[in-house]
Amino acid sequence: MSTPTIEARGLCKSFGPVRANHNISFSVDAGELFCLFGENGAGKSTLSACLTGLYPPNDGDILFKGEPLRMASAADAIRSGIGLVHQHFVLVPDFTVLENIVIGSEKGLIVPYKEAEAKLRQICETYGIEIEPNALVRDLSVGERQWAELLKALYFDADLLILDEPTATLDIENSKKLFRIIDKLKADGVALILISHFLDEVMQADRVAVLRQGELVGIRKTAETTPEELTRMMVGRDVEPKHREHSDVGPARLVLENVTVAGVGQVPDLNDVSFTIHQGEILGIAGVAGNGQNPLMEVIAGVRRPAFGRIILDGVVISDKAARDIKDMGLGHIPDDRFVEGLVPELSIEENLILGDHRGEYARGAFLDFPKMRQRAEQAIKEFQISTPSADIPAGNLSGGNAQRVILAREKRLATKVLLANQPTRGLDIGVIEYIHTRLLEKRAEGVAMLIASSELEDLLSLCDRIGVLFQGRLMGIVKTDQTNLEEIGLLMAGQPLENAA
Amino acid sequence: MSELLSPEILMSIMTAAMGVATIILLAALGELVTERAGIWNMGVEGTMLSGCLIAYLVMASTGSPILAALVAMGAGLAVGLLIGFMTVTLRVDHFVTGLGFNLLASGLTLFWFRSYVGRGKPPSYSTIDKAPIPVLSDIPVIGPILFDQHLLTYIAFFSVPVIAFFLRRTTFGLETRAAGENPQFLEAKGLSVATRQYSALLFGSALTALGGAFLMLTFADQFRPDISGGRGWLAIVAVIAGNWRPVRTMIAVMVFAILDSVAVHAQGVGVDVPYQFFLMLPYVASILLLVMIRSRSGQPAKLGVPYLRH
Ligand SMILES: Nc1ncnc2c1ncn2[C@@H]1O[C@H](COP(=O)(O)OP(=O)(O)OP(=O)(O)O)[C@@H](O)[C@H]1O
Ligand SMILES: [Mg+2]
Repeated sequence: MSTPTIEARGLCKSFGPVRANHNISFSVDAGELFCLFGENGAGKSTLSACLTGLYPPNDGDILFKGEPLRMASAADAIRSGIGLVHQHFVLVPDFTVLENIVIGSEKGLIVPYKEAEAKLRQICETYGIEIEPNALVRDLSVGERQWAELLKALYFDADLLILDEPTATLDIENSKKLFRIIDKLKADGVALILISHFLDEVMQADRVAVLRQGELVGIRKTAETTPEELTRMMVGRDVEPKHREHSDVGPARLVLENVTVAGVGQVPDLNDVSFTIHQGEILGIAGVAGNGQNPLMEVIAGVRRPAFGRIILDGVVISDKAARDIKDMGLGHIPDDRFVEGLVPELSIEENLILGDHRGEYARGAFLDFPKMRQRAEQAIKEFQISTPSADIPAGNLSGGNAQRVILAREKRLATKVLLANQPTRGLDIGVIEYIHTRLLEKRAEGVAMLIASSELEDLLSLCDRIGVLFQGRLMGIVKTDQTNLEEIGLLMAGQPLENAA
Repeated sequence: MSELLSPEILMSIMTAAMGVATIILLAALGELVTERAGIWNMGVEGTMLSGCLIAYLVMASTGSPILAALVAMGAGLAVGLLIGFMTVTLRVDHFVTGLGFNLLASGLTLFWFRSYVGRGKPPSYSTIDKAPIPVLSDIPVIGPILFDQHLLTYIAFFSVPVIAFFLRRTTFGLETRAAGENPQFLEAKGLSVATRQYSALLFGSALTALGGAFLMLTFADQFRPDISGGRGWLAIVAVIAGNWRPVRTMIAVMVFAILDSVAVHAQGVGVDVPYQFFLMLPYVASILLLVMIRSRSGQPAKLGVPYLRH
């Protein structure tokens, strides 16, 4: 038996009263794909941060190739051959892909851009990644940023690569590509730790460690376990899929008429999109991310202006109104980039919970109504099961899933007529997804019209009354959920128009 | 006002403008690097004033302009260290730190100057000579303007491409920019944000103090408490108007310098407009520039945000 690439012995890490990791021990061998599985806030990201020197552990040892790892900083980890792909992008938007990658890697005085670019293109070719090294990160789509993030780690020839929810922002095609890259890395003897909420991905690993509330529940070989067992270990109980009850839809609530949104170049971001959502109806938008979901949400919310066409909410044209006024009419918006558009990371959870409403209910004249804010925060934390030591900590410190609950708690309240949700369950564990579905269906019962874009087809099938597919800014067609199947939607997503649209 | 438009006067205005530009440009380049690292240093005026006083004291007692400039830069380093300790280590608000430092500097320099001079008359010295470049300085019109200047003027203008190159092409320059754009990113790479911010502050403050020394040694024969006259503030405006880019910042500096020079000449020539009007010009221009050039695309994303590492 050879020495494992990495071994953790009794690792502990606390943030004040929160025990994010408690007495965690495991090891990963060279060429092995090891998976960390657990609910939001279980401590997966914290564990990977400890392994890469970002957080100093409170207790316990880390052995890297048999040697105790004493890391003063992440630079030591990178130098010793440990790469981390962060859950939340850590890229400089105003830098090029190349600049983002070479920073900190080159020792000399002058950056050897030529050599670095050649090396980067070489890596891209080896792994089949298509990205322009000289493009500004700011101009990249979310999916492309994920590749840039991965390239940062690949550039260093790491012996251990940790991937924190890498597929959360990728569509099916690209996730498959990622797994092909992972296979290649495994063959090269790289040890890999993958964090994922997707059971089909988890089952592709060699072994799985299940975490719950900072503790290691157990480690299983995937060959000897089932998705059901893993889920049970994760939540500590059985989970049953929710069934959607049929509800009668009311009159038209949100109407889009030939909406076109200009793009950067010749191609419009949104091309002649028309549809109607009725009261108490959920319209799902399937499609590979980057096909117009963001512009669609933004144009309805009033953040962007249509070049052509009209948007009507309850008989009132809103396409020429300011975003604020539209919000005041009862529109809630859950954007896809949580820590950029969804939250102000520096502000506290309490403040984030009332943003947008801070001039209405939570104001007393020019002052904020603190007791009321506190009350609301406590209630939301309880109702939405946000796991945090207090409502005062910056929202930026929350785990991905808990951050989403804060946004949901806020927008759900604001949405009295329309709720827009872009990738609402991205990166969430099964328990939370189930919970969010329940809350969204509650909203539907209240007559709210909902538009949900998701790259999880399962999500849409269990939630939506109708599903539309966006392809390169065009609405390919809308189908009734109970009269369609995965193949039909798949064809639409690949750009094949439908003959008998609903 | 037509007196100002005669060819001789115009030549003189432009030649003098290069000198004024040297002062503001040195400070602006220092501030530019500092801001690109994420520190919004408001203490430029005070740093420049300190540079003036130190240069004056050394010059008056030793008569060596080189030594005066070097010691002034040393004082600049000390100022950079102090501001760094406040903004980087203690994470005090950048504006509060800078404004506080300016008050401190104006008080301290005055106090020190008075106690140095005592009851007597302040010592004075003759301003330093220019260093014309042979051949080039004989070119008509542009020769005297561009190539019959002080050594430091050449150095200041040459620094513009050098600093642009530093920021774009060197490893440390790239990291400095990252500190201003996304400090967490640097920290995730295991690179210290504090080191880069301190370095930028030390460099920037030394350059600003050098600008002060130049002002002292070429424009006046003795120290006055108001000698820096708001030029430090103009340097900050130039960086903003230049959208945090070296060449554009230089252009903004030239606008201020030419107006400043016009004001000085208007007093000398004796035009029939109150000279206060001309004195006001650079500052009016700075406001106009800021109103007109609203693009702030080059502003570092985390400029002025104290960085808290985990
Ligand atoms: N810097 C921090 N300060 C305070 N608490 C923190 C910090 N980072 C994480 N936590 C807390 O530690 C716990 C574990 O968080 P972690 O980010 O490791 O969860 P996770 O398993 O990665 O969840 P997710 O699937 O949502 O990403 C959470 O309760 C979180 O709120
Ligand atoms: Mg996480």
